[in-house]
Amino acid sequence: MDEDTKILFGVVGGILVVASVIGAVMKLRVKTEAGRATVANLNARTRSWWVMAGIFCATMVLGHLFTTVLFGLLSFFAVREFITLNRTERADHEVLFWAFFVFTPLHYVLVGIQWYGMFSVFIPVYAFVFIPFRRVLTGETKGFLESTAKIQWALMVCVYAVSHMPMLLTLPLRDFEGQNAKLLFFFVMTVQMSDVLQYVWGKTCGKRPVAPRVSPHKTWEGTVGGIGTTVVLSTCLWWATPFNPWQAALMALLICLAGFFGGLVLSAIKRDLGAKDWGNSIAGHGGFMDRIDSLCFAAPLFFHVTGFYFGTGIDPRPPGWVLEWLGR
Amino acid sequence: MIRSLVASVTRLISGVGRIPYAPCGGEPAIYFANHTSHLDFAVVWAALPDEARENLSPAAAEDYWGKSAFRLKVACGLFQAVLIPREGITRENNPIERLAEALKAGRSILIFPEGTRRGDGRVGEFKAGIHHLARRFPELPLVPVQLENLSRVLPKGSFLPVPIIGRACFREPIRFDKGESKTDFLVRARLALLGGVEETVN
Repeated sequence: MDEDTKILFGVVGGILVVASVIGAVMKLRVKTEAGRATVANLNARTRSWWVMAGIFCATMVLGHLFTTVLFGLLSFFAVREFITLNRTERADHEVLFWAFFVFTPLHYVLVGIQWYGMFSVFIPVYAFVFIPFRRVLTGETKGFLESTAKIQWALMVCVYAVSHMPMLLTLPLRDFEGQNAKLLFFFVMTVQMSDVLQYVWGKTCGKRPVAPRVSPHKTWEGTVGGIGTTVVLSTCLWWATPFNPWQAALMALLICLAGFFGGLVLSAIKRDLGAKDWGNSIAGHGGFMDRIDSLCFAAPLFFHVTGFYFGTGIDPRPPGWVLEWLGR
Repeated sequence: MIRSLVASVTRLISGVGRIPYAPCGGEPAIYFANHTSHLDFAVVWAALPDEARENLSPAAAEDYWGKSAFRLKVACGLFQAVLIPREGITRENNPIERLAEALKAGRSILIFPEGTRRGDGRVGEFKAGIHHLARRFPELPLVPVQLENLSRVLPKGSFLPVPIIGRACFREPIRFDKGESKTDFLVRARLALLGGVEETVN
């Protein structure tokens, strides 16, 4: 563990200590019944944060293999919640077995052995093609497209997208070898800070809802305040990344916006299914999907934008004029 | 010890949580649940608190669980099940008698009044068995348990389980009423299991 990592862990620990102290003080001072419920939820969230931050930091120290296993489990539980809430039919059963016990583990094996080429096409190509093939064998035509699309989405969002986080550890970057853990930290920290700060801003001065039908608690004040504050705070972490300060600010903004829209998209799916939370596995937060919803869509975007501008080339290079046009 | 472990594993696989308190303070009761998969009785069994679980004898199909020495050991030794025949019922092997014996011994039982597993996840009409038992033991509470999603974990005709998150909802207990007709009782029991709301057909 280098000096930078120690400082980053210190920052997280410090924030959580402050949050715990504030929670304890609020618990003593709150008088109303509604207030008590809010504070109890807040403290449950903070306690869960300690656990989640602890596990995340520990695996980061233990390296790529442990991080892969951690995110693999996270994906598995996320798919489980996604499929449980989405009604599936009897005819989907065998396809689901493949999704849970073949595609998900195999995809993480590819992450583990760092086979980037196969990693990037395994689910979008092989699983995508196989799922309707296996489903058509059952002979059931009712809801065919809906069923296959649900399972393809589950794999794309909960497995493929999420796995870009452990894969970030293997992304070859210019002048940043062996330090990718800090980049993953920057990404996860930015998304989660954005979630928390949007919640705090929304609770304290949120008035006008952004999308009342999709997510009633998301307000303009919360979103702008939360994203603004996060961009400022994440920019302060530029020294731990391959970015200079203004690049870090733009990256943080990209992450926050993708996180915001990702959260909205998954919220829309959730509402359509008539549920408030994806599950009840994490005290105060809901299910695993409720915690990682904003990470899902932001992870592959961050991975590829970083790879494109700061990488040493994992993908074949585009034509010269395209590179020139894109400012590289 | 082994039972607690098996119960924990069952809860982990099925996603069903343990209920904090036994219904009716843990006194003997007739539990009844909708029947959707082979996992049903294990899930209700696992969801109960330790003491209530120790005292529960779930009904299990003799033609399935009595087939081999191993299955018999699992059903009777581990789950303390009462094996009941589903076909060729005579005076000697009357399933109601076997369940009544368990109740007489002060144990709780778990029955599936629909009689058979349904493939579509709906709750079918109840057969008369539950009424016979309730009439013979009118002092015992009847605890409805609604099982959801378990047919998706292990549907009829499949041996591959898929880790869908199941749910076991313990409803408000009902009591036998002498003045009520059999049909009315069966309808009332079924509605209590559904939480008072008729299923919407989609």
